[in-house]
Amino acid sequence: MLEYRVLSAGDTALVVEFGDRIDRELSTAVLALAQGLEAEHIAGVVETVPTFRSLMVHYEPLVLPIDSLIARIDAQMQRLKARDIVGHLWHLPVCYDPRLAIDLDGVARRTSLSPRQVVERHSAPLYHVYMLGFLPGQAYMGDVAAELALDRLETPRTKIPAGSLAIAGTISCVFPLETPCGWHIIGRCPIPLWDPARAAALLAPADKVRFVPVSVREYETLVTRASQGVLRIEPVSEFVGAVA
Amino acid sequence: MPALRILSAGLSTTVQDLGRPGFQRLGVALGGALDPVSLRAANALVGNPGNTGALEAVYRGPSFAVEADDARLAFVGADAAIEILADTDADAGSGEIVPPMRSVHLRRGQVVRIGSLKSGATLYVAVEGGFDIEPVLGSVSTDGRGRMGGWQGRALIDGDVLPLRRATASERDECRIDGLDLAAPRRFRAVLGPQSDYFSAAEIAGFFAGDYTVSAGSNRMGMRLEGRPIRHRNGFNIASDAIATGSIQIPGSGQPIVLLADHQTTGGYPKIATVISADLPAMGRLPIGATISFAPVTVAEAAAARRELFAALERIGEQLVPLAPPAAAVAARLQECNLISGVYDAAA
Repeated sequence: MLEYRVLSAGDTALVVEFGDRIDRELSTAVLALAQGLEAEHIAGVVETVPTFRSLMVHYEPLVLPIDSLIARIDAQMQRLKARDIVGHLWHLPVCYDPRLAIDLDGVARRTSLSPRQVVERHSAPLYHVYMLGFLPGQAYMGDVAAELALDRLETPRTKIPAGSLAIAGTISCVFPLETPCGWHIIGRCPIPLWDPARAAALLAPADKVRFVPVSVREYETLVTRASQGVLRIEPVSEFVGAVA
Repeated sequence: MPALRILSAGLSTTVQDLGRPGFQRLGVALGGALDPVSLRAANALVGNPGNTGALEAVYRGPSFAVEADDARLAFVGADAAIEILADTDADAGSGEIVPPMRSVHLRRGQVVRIGSLKSGATLYVAVEGGFDIEPVLGSVSTDGRGRMGGWQGRALIDGDVLPLRRATASERDECRIDGLDLAAPRRFRAVLGPQSDYFSAAEIAGFFAGDYTVSAGSNRMGMRLEGRPIRHRNGFNIASDAIATGSIQIPGSGQPIVLLADHQTTGGYPKIATVISADLPAMGRLPIGATISFAPVTVAEAAAARRELFAALERIGEQLVPLAPPAAAVAARLQECNLISGVYDAAA
């Protein structure tokens, strides 16, 4: 069984920490515990927030004393290995055209690759959704190929367009809303990852994503359909099993 | 449609209730009133459930006109000159000044003008029945970064017309609330962690011994403090983990940031300690320039303080005191009762 620590985060939240780095194995444990606790519907557990390497459990101490909560977590951890993670596989169209990817040339220069090679390297892996955070529906996906791993921009941009696909370190994100951002923008995704009308996120922690390159013309068609509300995207499949 | 018409929006006035729990795993901020105690008190004064959405004014309040036959409003929070004017054309300074911590009955066309807030950062304006705003994910709180909830997902602007659920005020006397202590504690209680092991024992002791001043960079996401910088043992970059409201994160500068209602759900700085939930409402009303310090407590002590606060909030209705009705209304009622005849001298 994986080692973990329970850390206090005030009197209404605690952190189950599996490590301090971005790591698939840690992520698997985090997501398995999150799904396991969710399935238990424990009275007093308000919500859980999975991250790269820890799970925050928000709870109501007047309903569920901290000792009882920790006992439930310990019991879950005993069973953790037997549990399989449930997620969805998605194919997300992305336009890597330099007109929509202001940093593509810059990334190519910094990595001594051609822009075409950057696109090939970025669209090759099957990405794992570690966590959502920062903005509604914003998924942190990994792992970006080591040769594309770059530090953030020294000066963040004050505004990037919604749908920007960006990389920093080994993580790739699609920013669902216009936002300030210090990441390298290498494409644009026409699929809204956050639906403000339904207040729903497309991706969830534990999902898998493959980026499918599309032309500017295809991108524009998809954007138009999305704005007309006639674009429906469904997962390619549901999967059960530890994240590879 | 009964409404409040915003004539001047103030510095940053938003609709807030008790927030939007349950969706942080999707990146949706908790949000909600910075000072939920004052929000609950304002709602109690107009007979609303405590979680009803109200206006949260910060530093400089809004002006608005009543576009309903009549309406009942209540103001709770920082001291402020709250002026009631006969109509939008009324001359400056010609209105009646009402203190906060009470309800008022207003008629169509009357204007409320809230000036600068003193002694605190926040003031809540509750309306009997609440605003006729569709909740998003169970809450009418404004999420500015997520651009949802509240009024069009943003702070109010001049000219906004906020629909009200009630077209008229109910028949009842006005109230004030007595004994609501909104004073800031000298020391805010905090539980160590979750990343206290990023700091030496000496730095942790220094943190709890130091005085910190609320700086101008503060907003609904976080309260930036200035004081003795806290040094990290081994750098300040951590793999992002989740954030609880009240988390005290220490960025590279060493100057603490207390994360407040609109904090992002996850973040990448070590968090030395977490302000306890019972002290968060007081934190939410701290103005820029206030000096504070922190006292370490255990999780058990924090839970006991929460129990105490919740018990006090349960009794908030008992703190409502009817205000003496206006003299003219008394006269009318006395005349109805045949207790006096002829001219009633309101000044007597």
